Amino acid sequence: MNIFEVLAEPTRRQILDLLREHSRMVGDLVDILDITQPNVSKHLKVLREAGLVTVRREAQWRRYELNPEPLAELEDWLAPYREHMEARFNRLDKLLDELQQDNDEENNNE
Amino acid sequence: MSKLTVVAEPGTHEVRMIREFDAPRELVFKAFTDPQLIPRWWGAEAYETVVDKMEVHKGGMWRFIQSGDDEQYIFNGVFHQINAPESIVQTFEFEGMPGHILLETITFEERDGKTIMTDSSVFQTVEDREGMLQSGMEQGTDESMNRLEELLKTLERA
Repeated sequence: MNIFEVLAEPTRRQILDLLREHSRMVGDLVDILDITQPNVSKHLKVLREAGLVTVRREAQWRRYELNPEPLAELEDWLAPYREHMEARFNRLDKLLDELQQDNDEENNNE
Repeated sequence: MSKLTVVAEPGTHEVRMIREFDAPRELVFKAFTDPQLIPRWWGAEAYETVVDKMEVHKGGMWRFIQSGDDEQYIFNGVFHQINAPESIVQTFEFEGMPGHILLETITFEERDGKTIMTDSSVFQTVEDREGMLQSGMEQGTDESMNRLEELLKTLERA
C-alpha cells in the first residue's frame, strides 16, 4: 500500500490525528473512535507498516506514537501546486486592493 | 501562516481550495469574469497571459494563452453556469494534455465585507488529479512541522 492508499481510509486519518495530540494506548483509541479493538488493531498494523506509527512497550501495554516522516512525501507532493495557487491569489489580493481604491476615488469625485 | 487551504484527500478525484479575500464578492466575481482583469492575476509571474476567448455565459468558451521566453501554455474550457456574483461552473483543459478535462465549481460567499472563495475541481480520474498537482511547477522545499500540522488538519477536515 502506498501512502495515499494508507491515508485514503478515514479511520486511519482519525487515528493519526489523535496520535498527533499525544501517544495513546489501543484502549484509548477504541474508546474515542467507538469501533472494535480488532478493527483498531488492523488499522494500526497498516499505519505501522507504512512507518506512520511506532509502538513502544510499557509493561504489558503497547503505546502508539505518530511518526510524521512519511507524510513529508505527501507534503512535498502538494507543495508545488499550493505555491503556484498562493502566488496567483496573492496577485488577486493586490488587484482587488487597486480596484477598491479606484472605486473609492470615483465615489469621492462624485 | 498560509491563507490558502488546499484539500486533496488521498485517493479521490477532487481538489478543493478555500481562500478569503478582503473585498466584497461583486468585486471578486468581477475579477474572475472580466477578460480585462484576468491577465493581471491568473497566470504565473514569469508569463504573460492573453485572453484569447472569454464568453461569460452558459455554453460560452474561455481560452487563455500564457507565454514565457520560449514556452507557451494554453488552457481552455466551457462555462456551464454563471450565477453572478455567487458561483461559476466551468470545465478546464490544458491543451498540452488534451482530453484530460476537469469540472470546476467556484463559489463566493460574503461575510462582513470579505469574500470566501471555494474552488472545487473534480478530475476524471485520480491519476489525472495527481498529474495536475505535480505538473511542471517549481518544487517547494519547506518541510517544517507547521506545514505538516496544517496538512494533518487538512486531512482531518477532508
